[in-house]
Amino acid sequence: MNWNVLFDFSPLVDEFDKILGAFWSTIRLSLMTGVLALILGTILAGMRVSPTPVLRAAGTFYVNTLRNTPLTLVLLFCSLALSDTLGLKLSNVSTVNFYWLAVFGLSAYTAAFVCEALRSGINTVPVGQAEAARAIGLTFTQSLRMVVLPQAFRAVIAPLGSITIAMMKNTTVVLVASYLEAAALMKDMFEEYGATLPIFLGFAAGFMILTLPTGFLFGWAAKRWAVAR
Amino acid sequence: MGGGTMTVTTEAPTPKARPARKSKQQVSVLFDAPGPRARLRNNVITLVAAVILLGIVYAIVARLNEADQFQGKLWEPFLDGKVWTEFILPGLVGTLKVTVVAAVLAMLFGIVFGLGRLSDHWWVRWPSAAIVEGFRAIPLLLLIFFIFSGPPTIANGLNREFPEVTAFTAVVIGLTLYNGSVLAEIVRAGINAVPRGQSEAAYAVGLRKGGVMRLVLLPQATTAMLPAIVSQMVVLLKDSALGWIVAYEDLLNAGFRVVGANYGNLIPAAIVITLIYILLNMALGYLAQWLEGRSRRSRKSAATTLSADPNKLPESGLGGGVA
Repeated sequence: MNWNVLFDFSPLVDEFDKILGAFWSTIRLSLMTGVLALILGTILAGMRVSPTPVLRAAGTFYVNTLRNTPLTLVLLFCSLALSDTLGLKLSNVSTVNFYWLAVFGLSAYTAAFVCEALRSGINTVPVGQAEAARAIGLTFTQSLRMVVLPQAFRAVIAPLGSITIAMMKNTTVVLVASYLEAAALMKDMFEEYGATLPIFLGFAAGFMILTLPTGFLFGWAAKRWAVAR
Repeated sequence: MGGGTMTVTTEAPTPKARPARKSKQQVSVLFDAPGPRARLRNNVITLVAAVILLGIVYAIVARLNEADQFQGKLWEPFLDGKVWTEFILPGLVGTLKVTVVAAVLAMLFGIVFGLGRLSDHWWVRWPSAAIVEGFRAIPLLLLIFFIFSGPPTIANGLNREFPEVTAFTAVVIGLTLYNGSVLAEIVRAGINAVPRGQSEAAYAVGLRKGGVMRLVLLPQATTAMLPAIVSQMVVLLKDSALGWIVAYEDLLNAGFRVVGANYGNLIPAAIVITLIYILLNMALGYLAQWLEGRSRRSRKSAATTLSADPNKLPESGLGGGVA
């Protein structure tokens, strides 16, 4: 009997530096993706609520395409098709190149969800609010800045939180795009030490350490700024 | 980990009688009905936007053309029946098989643990909550990996015979545990969406706990949560593509890796199988929306319908997440 497969946590201790490094990669992926997805998602949401049919159609097309495609496929497309076949190079250093390809794929995918969250946030604002704003003589930008957007942003904090958490977990799929992060290191350690329970639990706990505070933060913020209606 | 705050899980029914404005003008919180100047400005923006978008499309097409991706020979395989019958359709069957089996199991898992979280006994409630929150917090990819390679190692270490875990089993179990946990939250939210008066009335006419659940709460909750359940199936179908990492022969593997490598047409292959995924998922998405509309109009259930919009699915804000 070799109980190590169930109770031996020493590989986690031995490789602690490597594990920290891998999770640092996960964090860097998440941060950059979060920023880019928010920017792209906001632009897309702006397109989808604009009075311009062309922009609306383009936004809808983008969201329907990316939201209904498996992330695995999106990332494989980035690493194999964009990089290998089309020769898209974002940097001469191979790891940096793969980092940006992964960030590109993840942000493109996540932005579709951000866009939908923002759009449904705008839809939670009752039409009467905007009508009242117009009635007291506010211009378009004023009503947007002072009435509609403040309410919309506060309504989307919670959905954005769950999108962020999903995105952090989704960084593991970057494994297929050849960038070394936590999931790839777990795979390596499975090969080196065998696929033991403690290694799996260690990595699962690592993700919880990242996602739980994020969840609490967004949950707190959503409550703190909840719109009272 | 239990007891997080629930965000918006249900929506109040939208007021039905909203005064119709001009026939085609959609009522928007952002824009008033445009006058002559706004219409002119909109037309100018439309023109500029069209030019920019066409420019982007042109840039992409030019880049693909430069890499010779429009050669006939890269696309011809998809006109060949053999490519479909030997690679793509079997792959599609693989994807659908994994999705359907995992969906059924996940639904059972969801009902068991969703009801478990609503139990009156703490020794049922707490483990259910721990399991549901735990599996929602672990990235699915890690889960599938461990289910695939963990049991043989562990059985070996404990000197036990253990049948090799196939890629199919690993993907199905992974999808079941993760999506089952999300479905458990949907079931819980669905039952909570039934007004309290319903169960009070049921107790008042003498039903017991099981009867209240079986005869009153579940039938009404089912109507309310069906759209959200179907939406979750879209997530499940997409996640089935994670089978790639354990080399499961699904649509992605057969269509992208096999066809792409055999014919050297990675990009056309990616485009074709992306289209198949999108068609499948959009069909499910429309089904969810249709069910939502039907359920909202229905007067058979007192429960408020859970939205099909994945952003409004029940989230405890801890380990969960859409997408």
